[in-house]
Amino acid sequence: MSLSADLLWLIPALPLIAAVVGACAPRGAFKLAAAAAIAALTGALLLSCGALATALAAPAAKLASNFTWFDLGHGAVRLGWLIDPLTALMCVMVTFVGLLIFVFSTGYMRDDARAKQFFCFLSLFAAAMLGVIVANSLLLLFVCWELVGLASYLLIGFWFQKPEAAAAAKKAFVTTRIGDLGLLLGLLWLQDSAGTLLLYDGGKGLLEPAVLAGLGGSTAIGLLLFCGAVGKSGQFPLHVWLPDAMEGPTPVSALIHAATMVAAGVFLMARVFPLLTPDALTVIAFTGAVTALIGALIACAQNDLKRILAFSTVSQLGYMMLAIGVGSWVAAIFHLLTHAFFKALLFLGAGSVIHAAHHEQDIRQLGGLRGPMRVTFATFAIGMMALAGVPFLFSGFWSKEAILHATHAWGVSQLPLYTGLAAVVLTAFYMTRLVAETFLGAPRSEPAAHAHESPAVMTVPLALLAACAILLSLLAWPSPWLQLLLDPSAAANDHADGVGLMALSIALVALGLGAGWAMYGRKPREKSMSADPLAARAPRVFAFLAARMKFDELYAATFGRAAYALAVFADALDRHGWDGAVRLLARLGRFTGLVNREADEDGLNAGFDATSESLRKTGRAYSRAQTGDAHGYLLMIAFGFVVLVFAVLFGGAR
Amino acid sequence: MNKLPLLSLLVFAPWAGAAVLASLRGAGLRASRVVALTSSLSTLVLAALVLGSFEPARTAPQFVERHAWIAALNVHYHLGLDGLSLVLVVLTGIIAPAALLASWSVGRPRLFGVLFLTLQGSALGVFLALDFVHWFLFWELSLVPAFFLIKLWGGPGATRAAYQFVIYTIGGSAFMLVGFAAMFATTGSLDFQQLAQHGADGSLAAKLGAGGMRLVFLGVLLGLAVKAPLWPLHTWQAPAYAEAPTGASMFLSAVLAKMGVYGFLRILWPIFPQQLHDAAPCLLALALGGIVLGAWAALRQTDLKRMIAYSSLNHVGYCLLALFAVTFAAGRPGLTGEAATAALAGTILQMFNHGLSAAALFCCVGVLESRAGGRRGLHDFGGVRTAAPLFAGLCGVALFSSLGLPGLNGFVGEFLIFRGVFGLSPASAAVACLGLLGTAMFLLTFWQRVFHGPRAGAAAGEFADARGTDLAVLVPLAALMLALGVAPHLLLQFINPLVTAWAGHLVLP
Repeated sequence: MSLSADLLWLIPALPLIAAVVGACAPRGAFKLAAAAAIAALTGALLLSCGALATALAAPAAKLASNFTWFDLGHGAVRLGWLIDPLTALMCVMVTFVGLLIFVFSTGYMRDDARAKQFFCFLSLFAAAMLGVIVANSLLLLFVCWELVGLASYLLIGFWFQKPEAAAAAKKAFVTTRIGDLGLLLGLLWLQDSAGTLLLYDGGKGLLEPAVLAGLGGSTAIGLLLFCGAVGKSGQFPLHVWLPDAMEGPTPVSALIHAATMVAAGVFLMARVFPLLTPDALTVIAFTGAVTALIGALIACAQNDLKRILAFSTVSQLGYMMLAIGVGSWVAAIFHLLTHAFFKALLFLGAGSVIHAAHHEQDIRQLGGLRGPMRVTFATFAIGMMALAGVPFLFSGFWSKEAILHATHAWGVSQLPLYTGLAAVVLTAFYMTRLVAETFLGAPRSEPAAHAHESPAVMTVPLALLAACAILLSLLAWPSPWLQLLLDPSAAANDHADGVGLMALSIALVALGLGAGWAMYGRKPREKSMSADPLAARAPRVFAFLAARMKFDELYAATFGRAAYALAVFADALDRHGWDGAVRLLARLGRFTGLVNREADEDGLNAGFDATSESLRKTGRAYSRAQTGDAHGYLLMIAFGFVVLVFAVLFGGAR
Repeated sequence: MNKLPLLSLLVFAPWAGAAVLASLRGAGLRASRVVALTSSLSTLVLAALVLGSFEPARTAPQFVERHAWIAALNVHYHLGLDGLSLVLVVLTGIIAPAALLASWSVGRPRLFGVLFLTLQGSALGVFLALDFVHWFLFWELSLVPAFFLIKLWGGPGATRAAYQFVIYTIGGSAFMLVGFAAMFATTGSLDFQQLAQHGADGSLAAKLGAGGMRLVFLGVLLGLAVKAPLWPLHTWQAPAYAEAPTGASMFLSAVLAKMGVYGFLRILWPIFPQQLHDAAPCLLALALGGIVLGAWAALRQTDLKRMIAYSSLNHVGYCLLALFAVTFAAGRPGLTGEAATAALAGTILQMFNHGLSAAALFCCVGVLESRAGGRRGLHDFGGVRTAAPLFAGLCGVALFSSLGLPGLNGFVGEFLIFRGVFGLSPASAAVACLGLLGTAMFLLTFWQRVFHGPRAGAAAGEFADARGTDLAVLVPLAALMLALGVAPHLLLQFINPLVTAWAGHLVLP
């Protein structure tokens, strides 16, 4: 089965229809909304497989289908759809992972009174995300990009009664919007200098040689586009929203804030890769490296199950950006794909734990879940090993190796390689800590003690995702299939000096696992109150990392204050500055009136008092009329004006 | 012109309705409301008739009515409609009945209806008149009903707000009147098209002299700038919108504020292209001031109506920004029409879009106010989404439309404006982005405080969901926002040839 580009719009349209069905369904029609969502995504998955078949048949062809949105001037604003291997692979990943998460959600959200809306929003998200992927126009991509942001906003704030959830949703939207404005400026710049926002348009598209040559490689455009990716993909310095986004229900964290949406920035950079200049790539590489390290460091000192995974996501997204920056966008996409599966697996595993432990997600309160939750534990362990990069069997190992090798081969600097290697140790370490604290030892709280395995509707998706976390190794081994498919030109220079680096990174993984085991696994925590071994050894460092390196405080003290000051200034300028000037004018008017009256009284009264009582009365009457009361004047003006208007109107018409 | 005088009907039907309503002395409350609503619907019906035979490809005014009026002064009764007028007439047709519906339960509905219909007719007159004399009559006449609507049905500060509104506007208009008197004295004409001709071929400047021309330009600019409003002449706006009753706030922000922008496009730009070009850098800065400081001042407001009023300053600022950017770049070597076309199309679209979203938002605040016994502070509510999910959804659509979310109407207009402004004056586009950020911040703050969190304040007890007239106002508005967001050509097809022609004049041959 293959799918032509003309029908590609069906892939996002199906979930959109499901969202409309969900929105129109009566309140409490949870089953209808869920069924519509799952059916639509199944359809989208089948269509995506068709698109993949089309793309595999002709990997180098960029099959685009463009159409006019509206006419403007002598031309038109055009949008379009695109099939190429990148699109097709992303579609299959998003629909497949999404489908598993939808199924999982039917179990997880069963008892929520607003489960219907949940599926409606999830479908909206899926539609928008698929729209980002299949767009052949940066404008259409931006439209869907913002809608993804809306869905994310709605789902982070799904439990909006909780003030933290409402605040987190707003923080996510505003923080990502800062990046989006950069992206918008980038689009405007491209539109202005290239005259189009279509990616492929029969030789006239942005990514086609003729236009690329005309653009002449502007670093600024690339960096502005990158701003959007920084916001969406939680890169330093805009990463602060992502951990807070964990206020949303766990399936949302799995789907949106781990597997798909946050990877959209990486996807965007891979998509517009030909537009990025070496200078822009250098900035991207260093941003990615810093993000990878910061995320991993902070993850070591968190106690919330989901926050650890969230910072791990930040760190892994940093790796992907690093890959883009060092020029290997294929490695970035490879890691994006493998990460989507194993991170979704980890989040859903965390969801299974949280569900079983009655929404207890502090790892100090958990423990001992290995016994009662065997499937969850086994699958979570697979996910953990994939993330940590345990060699050969797990897909995460291969994709991480690909990134490290590309970084090693980068000619500009070796610094990102060192940060990347440091993050490898930390990743293995914090994941060992997480698994040991959650699953080993004895239960440390009531909920943990009474936890039981989740139903099959939740464990089966876990098992499938675990299988994928292993099977995706096949994309790179035994043959570099993905590389050959996406970018055959770059596949030649491979693994010449690879063995040494691979051995080093395996050793570093072993170091991280060993250190984690030594500190947390060998002798599990006994009481929830007992101190963290790391905190006992380096209390100040631990506290600093636990406070997320104080980024939130730093931003509140700088940007937050600046924004507040600007708002106060704008408001005060109005209230006191401009309005004050207006009031002064009004006072001046009154003052003139007053002076008038005084002058009149004096003039009229002086000398006349004695001579004429009647004249004095006239003077008083006159002075009363000149009260200086602007209101009175205006009333007369208004009245007089109306009379005049009617006189002119009817007089003139005659 | 043997057909019906559609444009005169458009203008005078609401006034006829007002006259009928005024004569119905013994009418009951309900009857008064129905008569007012029916009369206000006339605009929509007539606009539909106009749409049926409107030819978008013709850029000259259509349905023209021109009759000698005051022969001694060379004054004509001259009405005409092009794409720009059409968009605003349709907007008036939509907003006027919506505003009356939103004021369904006001006291003294007969007087309210009479004043409101007078206001509606005046606004339509402004959008259709092509001769200064009656244009100016309509322009000034709109103040009288607006004044009484604010003063009689407004909040506690209504009197001051109403006076301020009228003084400010009359103050500005006085200079405009003097300016036109000067032009009349030199050219003997008050017809917009003839004056534009004189302005374009330089004969006006030749007669007035450079200094005189500049003074006249400033006078007209002042009159329009107060109305739009252009920062910093906006301080009447927040009190007037905030103190006015819901329906009047809707109409003031959605339609009356557009009279200013319309004047810029219809009068100032065609008659004074060179002066506007010279003043553009300064005006661009003022428009940016309105956009950025308007959005950030909104962040500090705790009165929801004042917040929406500041958001209006910000949104109308984009329209002015686009126009000023176009005039700024006029005649620049190498300028292509594309950016200017986008900017001008965006301006007109934004006028319509802002009309929809501002009206919807003021209506929503009105609903909140009616449920909370007159309170409308940012901190007087909490968890309204739990109490009234349907209302929350409709208000959410309006909020996100105002915020410029793609998929809703606001985005298309703002994107076109930014696309145009970036091509004409990139730095201005970059600065204006600060306004977009501020808008997102204050609208989401509004949404978070009022709709999210646990039920609190006025929403803690009984809080009815949207019903009856609320739905009758908000559902069509929300549907339009969605429709225009997905299919902007529904509106753009009527203005595209016009703005293309406008932009064509700017390009050097």
